[in-house]
Amino acid sequence: MARVVARRRPWLWLASAIVVVACAALAVAIWRNPNIDHRIIARHQFAPAILHGLAVTVVLALLSAAIGAVLGVAFALMRLSPSAVLRGFAALYAWLFRGTPLLVQILFWGNLALLFQMLGPFRTNDVMTPFVASVVALGLNEGAYMSEIVRAGISAVDRGQYDAALALGMSRALAMRRIVLPQALAVIVPPAGNQFISLLKATSLVSVIAGGDLLTAAENISSANLRTIELMLVATFWYLVLTTLASLGQHVLERRLARAGAGLDAAN
Amino acid sequence: MLRIAGVRKRFHHDEVLKGIDLDVAEGEVLCLIGPSGSGKSTLLRCVNHLETIDDGHIWVDGELVGYREAGERLIELPEREICRQRAKVGMVFQRFNLFAHLTVLENVIEAPIAVRGISRGDAIHAAHELIARVGLAAKEGAYPARLSGGQQQRVAIARALAMQPRLLLFDEPTSALDPELVGEVLEVMRSLADDGMTMVVVTHEMAFARDAGDRVAFMDGGVVVEAGPASEVLVAPRHERTRAFLARFVGAHQDGSARAGRT
Ligand SMILES: Nc1ncnc2c1ncn2[C@@H]1O[C@H](COP(=O)(O)OP(=O)(O)OP(=O)(O)O)[C@@H](O)[C@H]1O
Ligand SMILES: [Mg+2]
Repeated sequence: MARVVARRRPWLWLASAIVVVACAALAVAIWRNPNIDHRIIARHQFAPAILHGLAVTVVLALLSAAIGAVLGVAFALMRLSPSAVLRGFAALYAWLFRGTPLLVQILFWGNLALLFQMLGPFRTNDVMTPFVASVVALGLNEGAYMSEIVRAGISAVDRGQYDAALALGMSRALAMRRIVLPQALAVIVPPAGNQFISLLKATSLVSVIAGGDLLTAAENISSANLRTIELMLVATFWYLVLTTLASLGQHVLERRLARAGAGLDAAN
Repeated sequence: MLRIAGVRKRFHHDEVLKGIDLDVAEGEVLCLIGPSGSGKSTLLRCVNHLETIDDGHIWVDGELVGYREAGERLIELPEREICRQRAKVGMVFQRFNLFAHLTVLENVIEAPIAVRGISRGDAIHAAHELIARVGLAAKEGAYPARLSGGQQQRVAIARALAMQPRLLLFDEPTSALDPELVGEVLEVMRSLADDGMTMVVVTHEMAFARDAGDRVAFMDGGVVVEAGPASEVLVAPRHERTRAFLARFVGAHQDGSARAGRT
C-alpha cells in the first residue's frame, strides 16, 4: 500500500517563520523598551479610576445600543411606511447621522449650551452633562446605522409571510411583531453585532467632551503623570477584553439563531 | 355567503378589475379560471381586503367587507374591524406562506391564540385534530422547510381552518407543486367541499373544477366573461374567449388528470 505524502510547501514555512520572528521581535522591543515603565501599567491596570471609566464605557455602550435598537426599528418601520412624509423624515435622519463624523456629533451635543442656553425650564448645562451628551450622540448615531440594518432585515422576509398573517386576522403591528421581526432577526443579528463592537470602540470618542469613559480616565491620569503610552496600554487591554467578550456573545447568538431558524430560506 | 357587485380595482393607471359581479351561496364551491394577468388573484385579495377597491361592494356573510356606507360614499373601516372580518375568511396561497420560524403545530395555533384569544390548551387540542385531518399528525414538530410542498400546503389549509372561517379562498393552491404532490392537496380540498365548506378556488386544475366545483367563472382582462354550472362552462362554453382558453386544456378533458403547463 502506498503511503500518502503531502506536497511540500517551503514558502508557507518561510512565511510562517517570518511572521513568528517579527512578532517576537516586536514583543521584545516593547517589553524591553526603556521608555515603558511596567510598574506604572501594573499599578493602574486595576486602579479604581480606570475601573470606574471602564464601567462608564460599558454603561455608555449598552445604553446607546438600546437607544439605537429602538430608534433603528422605529426608523426602519418609517422607511417602509406608506406615508411619504415619514419615509422622507427617516431618510433624512439616516442621511444626516451617517453622513457626518461621529466626533463632530459628539462635540455638537457636548456644546449644545452654546446654541440653547435653556432646554425648556432647565439650564442646558444641568441637563446635558457630558455623560448625557455622550449617550445622546452615540444613541442617535447608532440608531441611524441600526435603521439601515433593521430595514434590510425586514425586507429580507418574504412579503407572503406578512400577507398570510394579515389574512389570518392579525393587525399590522401584531404581524410585524410575531411574524416578520422574529424572522428578520436572523438577518439583523450578524451586522448588529459588528455594529455593537464598533460602538464599544467609538465610546472612546466621548473623551473629547470629558465623557468620563475609560479613555477619559486614562487621559486624566496620563496628563498628571505624563505616562501616556503606559496608560494607553492600560486602556487597550480593557478595550480588547470588551470587544473579545462582545465577539463571543455575537458568535453564541448567531449559532442559536441559526439553529432555531434552520433552513428559513429554503421555506420561501 | 359571498356577493361581489360592480367591483373595480386600479393599480396606478391600469384597471385590473373592471366591474366584477359574482355570487357564491353557502356551501358552494366556485372555481375561478382564466389566463395569467386576468385579475384572479387581485379579486381574491379584495375579498379579504388585502387590497382596497376603487368601486363596488363585497359582502361576506351579509357584511360589507372593508368599508361602511355613508350615503354615496364608502369609508374604510378601522383596522380592528377589518381584522375581525379577515378572521372569518381563510386564505391559502400559491406559495404556501407558512410561517418559516414556527413549527407545524405553532403555525396552526398562532392565530387562534393571538387573534381569537383562545387558550393555548384549547388551541393545541383543536390543532391536533386539524393536523391529523390533513394527514400530518407525525409532522407536528417539524419546521416548514423540512416538509414537501404538498405537506406545506396541507398545513396551510389546516392553519386557515383553525380560525373556523365561514369562507375559504384558494389562490392556485397546487400551481407551485411537483405534479406527484398535487393529488394529496386536491384530496383535502375535495373533502372540505364535501363537508359543505364555502370555497372560492383559483385553479388551473380543470378536472378538479369539473368534479369538485359547483360553479365555474371564467375571467379574462378584468371581467367575468362567463359563469355558470361547471358542467356548462367547462363542457359547452358559450363564449369564444372561454372556448379558446379551454382549448389549451384539451388533454385534461380526455384523460381527466393532465394539468395546465405552469406559467
Ligand atoms: N401590487 C400590484 N401592483 C401593480 N400591479 C399589480 C399588482 N398586483 C397585480 N398587478 C397587476 O394586475 C394584473 C392582474 O394580476 P393578478 O395577479 O390578479 O392576475 P392573475 O389572474 O392572478 O394572474 P396569474 O394567473 O398569473 O396569477 C396584472 O397585470 C398584474 O401585473
Ligand atoms: Mg394569480
